[in-house]
Amino acid sequence: MSNFSPKTFMGYRRSDGSIGIRNEVAVIAAMDNINPVVRSICKLVPRALPITMIAGRGQFGQDNEQTQRTIIGLGKNPNLAAVLVVSLEPTSAGRIAGAIAASGKPVRTITVQECGGSLNTACAGTRIVAQMLIDASQQVREECDLSSLMLAVECGGTDTTSGLAANPILGMVADQVVDAGGKVIISEVSELLGAEHILAARALNLEVEKKIFDVINNVEAEAKRRGVDIRGANPVPDNIRGGITTLEEKSLGGMVKAGTKTIMDVLDYAAAPSAPGLYIMDTPAPACESLTGLAAAGCQVCVFTTGVGNSIGHPVLPCLKITANPKTVTHFADNIDLSLEGVLRGEESMAEGAARLYDDVLKVASGKMVRAEVLDQLENANAKLQPTV
Amino acid sequence: MEAIMMHEKDNVATAVVDLVSGQEVSVIMADEKIRPVKVACDISLGHKFALNGISKGQPIVKYGEVIGIATENIKIGDYVHVHNVESQRGRGDKA
Repeated sequence: MSNFSPKTFMGYRRSDGSIGIRNEVAVIAAMDNINPVVRSICKLVPRALPITMIAGRGQFGQDNEQTQRTIIGLGKNPNLAAVLVVSLEPTSAGRIAGAIAASGKPVRTITVQECGGSLNTACAGTRIVAQMLIDASQQVREECDLSSLMLAVECGGTDTTSGLAANPILGMVADQVVDAGGKVIISEVSELLGAEHILAARALNLEVEKKIFDVINNVEAEAKRRGVDIRGANPVPDNIRGGITTLEEKSLGGMVKAGTKTIMDVLDYAAAPSAPGLYIMDTPAPACESLTGLAAAGCQVCVFTTGVGNSIGHPVLPCLKITANPKTVTHFADNIDLSLEGVLRGEESMAEGAARLYDDVLKVASGKMVRAEVLDQLENANAKLQPTV
Repeated sequence: MEAIMMHEKDNVATAVVDLVSGQEVSVIMADEKIRPVKVACDISLGHKFALNGISKGQPIVKYGEVIGIATENIKIGDYVHVHNVESQRGRGDKA
């Protein structure tokens, strides 16, 4: 297996030692009733990133813990230089901002109840964010080690070319990141059903092996609990049109995007890994919820394979879209960053394709923009565990 | 390159170009030509065809692993997809 170089990129060093590949100022809604105010602020300051939420109020237990962990995690992501937390009232705003501030980055709060209505809050927020942007713009990139990268590997609009070429090639790059001391996270656990025995065999220890079986078997248990055939939900119609016949086939082709390294642990949704290495995160399969969980864990960059085409990215986590399907390369060109079609024509080896992808990942980490960012195909969607009360 | 087989245990190959009914397709595994198979109908890019005869109830094997069960008898070169394969996982309908 080739050893790719270089092993550095140009990133933004944050106070807590983490490295960002972007330098955004984010306006984060603590709850869904504040999303319109967040959008208003970002209309007045278009270079700020709006991060809207689902729920955030009236949740309790594990469901609440997960939402709070997600909001805080997003705020702490090193791609954000500074954060404005907007809420209805100060208790929620203060709790979230306090946790984000532990990362050392500038965090401010404003609330609709304290400012006196949505218009006053939009004005106050705009003034704060404008100054944050000016301050953040003075930071420059510096040379950073590949070991500071946390890579998210994702797939969407999967077809069989994903499993034949795009995913195994991504897996080769994932191995490089782990070898260099970085972190890689694979998620979408319903799409590991049928491949769990292969992953479990690579678990760090018996405890992790059990967690792998449990988290994947829970998908089947949930289907049984609801009395439905999962085939209605996964594979989806575009997978089937693309040639994927069963969930097992999708999973076996999908899991290879994580590479071949030891699986260190199974993370809860939006939970950050501690040690370097490869992890599985428990997220739903659809991209918005999955990417949101990965961004909240601290992933700075995502490589997102597609077969028949998927245009979505995430505001905090730049997604490099790749495909090996020659029809998609032309038909879906506006939303594809890198083509691997040569591999399926026998014009390029998998190792050569992986070297090109690795090179592009470092370029994106150093500032090269991806299509999803440029075309504003960005959506945040925090997954819920239980209904709000 | 016309079709790929991922593992020596596989009984299906995946088309990497659109294939025409009756075409004799060269199947590649790990850059080596394995053997030619005549496809029994049009097979679109990304779709699968059988490398051997597969009886009803027998496993479909891809990546060296079982990806489903044949729901009817499949002949060599036949199109293999949701019309003649059933998944075994996530079957809450069978609980």
